Amino acid sequence: MSPVLEMQGVTRVYPGTPPVPALQGIDLQIEAGELVSVVGPSGSGKSTLLHIMGTLDRPDSGRVEVGGFEVSRMSDRQLSALRSQRIGFVFQQFHLLDAETALDNVADGLLYSGRPAAERRRLAAATLERVGLAHRMHQHASKLSGGERQRVAVARAVVGRPALVLADEPTGNLDSASSESIVELLEELNAEGITMVVITHNPEIAARFPRRIALRDGRVEADGAPQGVAS
Amino acid sequence: MNGNALTPSRMHFADLLRTAGVGLRTRKLRTGLSALGIMIGIASLVAVLGLSESSKSDLLSQLDRLGTNLLVVQAGQGIGLGNAELPDTASAMVGRIGPVEEVSAVGGVDANVYRTDLVPASRSGGISVKAVETDLLSTLSGRVAAGRFLDEVAPGYPAVVLGSVAAERLGITDLSVRPMVWLGGQWFPVVGILAPIELSPDLDRSALVTVETAEEYLGHDGVPSALYIRTDPDWVDEVTGVLPPTVNPENPDQVEVSRPTDVIEAKAAAESAFTNLFLGLGAVALLVGGVGIANVMVISVLERRAEIGLRRALGATRRHVAVQFLLEALLLALAGGVGGVLAGAGITALYARIRGWGLLVPGVALWGGLAAALLIGTLAGLYPALRAARLSPTEALRTT
Repeated sequence: MSPVLEMQGVTRVYPGTPPVPALQGIDLQIEAGELVSVVGPSGSGKSTLLHIMGTLDRPDSGRVEVGGFEVSRMSDRQLSALRSQRIGFVFQQFHLLDAETALDNVADGLLYSGRPAAERRRLAAATLERVGLAHRMHQHASKLSGGERQRVAVARAVVGRPALVLADEPTGNLDSASSESIVELLEELNAEGITMVVITHNPEIAARFPRRIALRDGRVEADGAPQGVAS
Repeated sequence: MNGNALTPSRMHFADLLRTAGVGLRTRKLRTGLSALGIMIGIASLVAVLGLSESSKSDLLSQLDRLGTNLLVVQAGQGIGLGNAELPDTASAMVGRIGPVEEVSAVGGVDANVYRTDLVPASRSGGISVKAVETDLLSTLSGRVAAGRFLDEVAPGYPAVVLGSVAAERLGITDLSVRPMVWLGGQWFPVVGILAPIELSPDLDRSALVTVETAEEYLGHDGVPSALYIRTDPDWVDEVTGVLPPTVNPENPDQVEVSRPTDVIEAKAAAESAFTNLFLGLGAVALLVGGVGIANVMVISVLERRAEIGLRRALGATRRHVAVQFLLEALLLALAGGVGGVLAGAGITALYARIRGWGLLVPGVALWGGLAAALLIGTLAGLYPALRAARLSPTEALRTT
């Protein structure tokens, strides 16, 4: 079975004076069904890594393969298609459309897939039910609590059954109770077969996941099962 | 997992419309105000076109009613000609021109008219006295507003008919009291008041008596100063050409021939010139509205960077983002355009009603108004849309 994600010698340098090297020769591989945390201090390159994994950004050098597709040779349109069909995103700021209902926000996860509206809404309703928000389906996003908003965002990320879900500090804006429920949700969804990569500052969360990738200064400092509760 | 080909990101048109509407629905006041800018521009364009068409059609129907076959012959009053008079044979000579249907001669009488004999002689009120033939009214397509015209007065009976302005200046409105006027040192009964004569407004400011009365009581010499002529409508130009030598074979250059309806046609032409001016102003208003939309869209793109980033993450292509913002600008402009067309047509209808014109809003103004709005929307939305599309997803997502 081929990996969901493969990176070889990936570097990314932000232009400027002096240039800022965000990633310096990253090699890693993520297999289907994994639940991975990415940890590291601010400026260690976590977000850049996530953006490159999600094909929102391109590396300056190195090879990235997502779901079997070699990213560097793909056009912007092909990358958009890859994102719409193979990758789901969860953001720290949720990025929901406040004017829309929870259901429509989740259905937006399939907006660019070309599926008919009725099917998108049906899948969205089922996914909202799965994340425990069936009763809030027709609420506007602005009326939801933080934890509920992130649940909607997670539902949006997984509604299309993507090969890979990338979460950037999904609990960063939540209180501890909501955080706990979101992490549980991510674990459950992973148990249902969704591959997840989660950036987090929270060492407890990182310790719970089976695999932890620690970044420092744009390099992989440690990669493997977490040992105890590391800082 | 591997090997499955990707289908390109696709979006149904209904979804494009819905996403384009999100921005508008969430910022209703801004949407309304920027649509208002376009609306004012379109409304003024439609109203200007509608009003000018309605007014023009009114003038044309006026021309139709009055007939363009009336000619007026006057003695030339140019430099060196003095106050030339027409030869006294003029009327009879003109009557012999084939296509001439009616001729009516009018002569100036050297007298003033006053309300009473107590009014100082210098306060003549600018009213002239004219000796006319009794068929004048039918030649001019005029009518009496009150009383009767001179053709219904017993021959030789000294009566006066007043033009509309003359009657007003003399303060005579009611004929039942049998009013008299002091004319050329004698009392004359007023038997009629004319409605305004559109083709010859100078008669409105005149007191009219028959040629016989003028000769008998006012020392008139019977020489006409003007001839009003109705011709066969198909021969107007030819008649115009032969009138001067017919009227005055010795000095044809001392004869002036005019067509009163030329004035109305000139008025219509002058209104077209104004129409162009106002159209220009309307276009400026529309342009300002367009700049307003462009401004709002640029701000909207800045404010919604996170949404743009999200949509790119969800799989939107650059084109999807561009189309979304372009459609948003178009919807704004369309709303303004529809409102403007309705408002413009409404203004035209209201004004035409007040002026008593027939309502005529040209179809080109309605469709053109909508098309102009959409064009402006496209132009105004293009740059912000391309800017939104060019935004890199990571940059867009970095803003919180």
